[in-house]
Amino acid sequence: MVARSDPRRSPRILSAWFASLLFIMLGATAFAAVPGGDLTAEQLERLGERNLRVVETAVADIAASGSPVALEVLRALQDGRLYRRDADGVMLVSVRVGGAQVYSDPLAGTLGEELADADVTLVRVSNRIRRVLSAAIASLSLDSEDPAVRLAAARQFIDSPDSALLEAIETALVDEADGRVRNELEVARAAAIASDPAQSEDARREAVDRLAEAGSNRARRVLIGMFIEEGSELDVRRDAAVEVIDRNLARWQQVQNLWFGLSLGSVLLLAAMGLAITFGVMGVINMAHGEMIMIGAYTTFVVQGILRGISPALAEVSLLIALPVAFLVAGLIGVFIERTVIRRLYSRPLETLLATWGISLILQQLVRTFFGASNQRVETPSWLAGSMEFGQIMITYNRLAILIFALVMLAAVILLLKKTPLGLHIRAVTQNRKMAESMGIRSDRVDMLTFGLGSGIAGVAGVALSQIANVSPNLGQGYIIDSFMVIVFGGVGNLFGTLVGAMTLGITTQLVEPSLGAVAAKVLILVFIIIFIQFRPRGLFPQKGRAAE
Amino acid sequence: MKFFPTSLLARVWIVCLLAISGPVIADEGPIRVGVLHSLSGTMAISETTLRDVMLMLIEEQNRKGGVLGRRLEPVVVDPASDWPLFAERARELLSVHNVDVVFGCWTSVSRKAVLPVFRELNGILFYPVQYEGEESERNVFYTGAAPNQQAIPAVDYLREVEGVERWVLAGTDYVYPRTTNRILEAYLKQQGVADEDILINYTPFGHSDWQSIVSRIRQFGSRGKRTAVVSTINGDANVPFYRELANQGVRAEDIPVIAFSVGEEELAGINTGPLVGHLAAWNYFQSLDTPENKAFLERWHAFTGDQRRTANDPMEAHYIGFNMWVAAVEKAGTTDVDTVIDTLIGIQVPNLSGGMAEMLPNHHITKPVLIGEIQEDGQFFIVDQSEELIAGEAWSSYLPGSRNIKADWRPPISCGNFNTETGTCGGAQ
Repeated sequence: MVARSDPRRSPRILSAWFASLLFIMLGATAFAAVPGGDLTAEQLERLGERNLRVVETAVADIAASGSPVALEVLRALQDGRLYRRDADGVMLVSVRVGGAQVYSDPLAGTLGEELADADVTLVRVSNRIRRVLSAAIASLSLDSEDPAVRLAAARQFIDSPDSALLEAIETALVDEADGRVRNELEVARAAAIASDPAQSEDARREAVDRLAEAGSNRARRVLIGMFIEEGSELDVRRDAAVEVIDRNLARWQQVQNLWFGLSLGSVLLLAAMGLAITFGVMGVINMAHGEMIMIGAYTTFVVQGILRGISPALAEVSLLIALPVAFLVAGLIGVFIERTVIRRLYSRPLETLLATWGISLILQQLVRTFFGASNQRVETPSWLAGSMEFGQIMITYNRLAILIFALVMLAAVILLLKKTPLGLHIRAVTQNRKMAESMGIRSDRVDMLTFGLGSGIAGVAGVALSQIANVSPNLGQGYIIDSFMVIVFGGVGNLFGTLVGAMTLGITTQLVEPSLGAVAAKVLILVFIIIFIQFRPRGLFPQKGRAAE
Repeated sequence: MKFFPTSLLARVWIVCLLAISGPVIADEGPIRVGVLHSLSGTMAISETTLRDVMLMLIEEQNRKGGVLGRRLEPVVVDPASDWPLFAERARELLSVHNVDVVFGCWTSVSRKAVLPVFRELNGILFYPVQYEGEESERNVFYTGAAPNQQAIPAVDYLREVEGVERWVLAGTDYVYPRTTNRILEAYLKQQGVADEDILINYTPFGHSDWQSIVSRIRQFGSRGKRTAVVSTINGDANVPFYRELANQGVRAEDIPVIAFSVGEEELAGINTGPLVGHLAAWNYFQSLDTPENKAFLERWHAFTGDQRRTANDPMEAHYIGFNMWVAAVEKAGTTDVDTVIDTLIGIQVPNLSGGMAEMLPNHHITKPVLIGEIQEDGQFFIVDQSEELIAGEAWSSYLPGSRNIKADWRPPISCGNFNTETGTCGGAQ
């Protein structure tokens, strides 16, 4: 088999991949006489039929042909890269080389032809075909170079156990070096044996034990689907195995809920951090806080658009570049709002509330007028997409990144307040304005910078939240209430309290949600906070001393 | 990137100015057409497009010489996604601007809010969005789908083609999803689906943290039987929902999601890569390959000056509704509300999928049902289309409360909720 890698993985290896594709195609034409290894143009053309049944059998035929081109064609069909040339109906595989889309005929081995979009039609597939494709591709890709592909193939075997595949699995097991793939292959073998009533009782029993040991939902599905005589010894053993798996899954479920809670907590923390400065430290009831988050998200959108215009590679790092930009944009808008409105309203909380609420409406409508009311599309860079498996739970990369980012931000803000001259001034002014002024601190300048800082942090949060929320003019609305809840619950003016408050609310919500539903969870949290505030009006970690008065 | 669709903005401005400065109504003056769609607030994302399509239809009609030799004049008001404001703006349209017909509303709450106004001031409302049914009003014409034209056929498709046996009914917590799910639950049970094979889940508006719900769906779906999610999740909450599905590795081949509120417009704001293969049931898709649709899209793109502007199902509903109203006014020879209401029944106009839409006596219309799979480019690949047009049912036959209720606005019944058992009007509970 020729060495190959997935073309989507890296543009750098694309040329190498393309060279090997050429090699395969030459091979296909050269060895067209291999028994069962020939693939006809008619077979390929049937993939483009409108009747899905015809397509289904065509996929099976192509997979069964054993032709080296088969995998290439089926992959292309799955990835939406298979096209039909309108002029003569010939099927072409399309590849992106550099910036150009080139089409090649997998059978004839013609290469790198550039065609106008109007001359070709994409061959579309429905879910039914996709399912047939997955199975077909799995059976062809057990000897792939890429462990991830082999792993997917092994899983596909567990999902559709078939004792006809046993031989192939055994062969693959012989020289499988990767531990994870090996493990899944063993489970696949057990699944195939267990599901086949023709196998010996002993072999099936052993297979059931192996499936129980796997402990996954996949294995459980195989066990349930087994054909067993009711009441037999094997049946009892199977039921016990299902129970073992259920217990295992229930344990993991707890871990999963905890992770979800931490993740939701980190989102709340991120959203509330800017407010912890403007409301917590300065005491401004800032209803426009959510809009600062929204502005940060829109900044991400604009930055991404500009960078993509320059180079697609830059778009991958656009989030990192958007972070300082969003901080500046939101911060400057914050400074502007402080200078023009809030400065005139210090010590009048009710008016501040109304004024900032008005500002939030103005900002929303401004964004709606400039960008339109629809959601804007912020791409997820490939290094943030997808998830990893940790035991029986799934950890998605974007959530993990947000958790880490929120904690780093929190540490940075605490350091800023505790270890820098600006932080010292901020604390001095908020604790005793008169005294700070008489020590030579320009308190109105500090006010401006503090509000700018809080707004900037909200902007940075917007960059991160653009990855999980809708970038629309209403983005901020969804976070403002939660943010206030976190701050009030954690204790106004205490960043550590914000952390604990966010995490507590996050974890409680996620623990309650599975049993009571999302609506009830929201209500319950609100009721809980109302009761809590009755007993501890200053939150979990109240400020002490004269500053608190 | 284009931030200012200048020509469109300018047009909207002119229309608004016209609306404000319009003279006191004279009978021979222009015919006024009210447009009642939110242009700000949460629903602006969906409703702004409908305002635009109405302006286009009116402009085209004027170019053809108007109606009854009179020019049409749009009166656009903004109810700002605020349900009580819908009622106020409706009143303003009917009593201050004296409009002859109103096209508007999106959410069921907003429709319910304006109903008393239309009844009191005797106006005509064309409502273009798929909804939960269980209603038929003399003053309202429903050009969107009733549950039997969207939800039930969608479930049938999943049962027959995808072989689904286990169902998650996920929705936003308000009247449309709750009623639709009630109908679907009753229907599924009637088809022999067991209680434990149905999972119903509601989330608040704008729900953004889908982790535990998706994880629960994943588990519910891994019990051996083929599972599907029927989603009546509305608006903004959809994007994080699909994103979470993709992140947790739920593919359309494993657990397909069929949505009743996700169309081309909603897909425009998201990366559709992970959504490929998930389904939607509508009565119109932009990807429809008919000459009528091609011509419509061409005009739409020319009007908006944006080749990438999407078209969606409620737009087609307005297209049908507007043409029906024009046909009825021309047939009746007057814009008089009572005459037009009576004339509208039986009017037939072409829809964009190549058939004819007919206004039925229950004020609903006939529609084809289409099932589409989401593609990488944000369009739908139509995998199923009903062979015949399906007549909209105002009252679901699957709900015990409405089984005997029938709507017929022709004499002698002339009733929106006629109880066929007792033979009296007003039979709905």
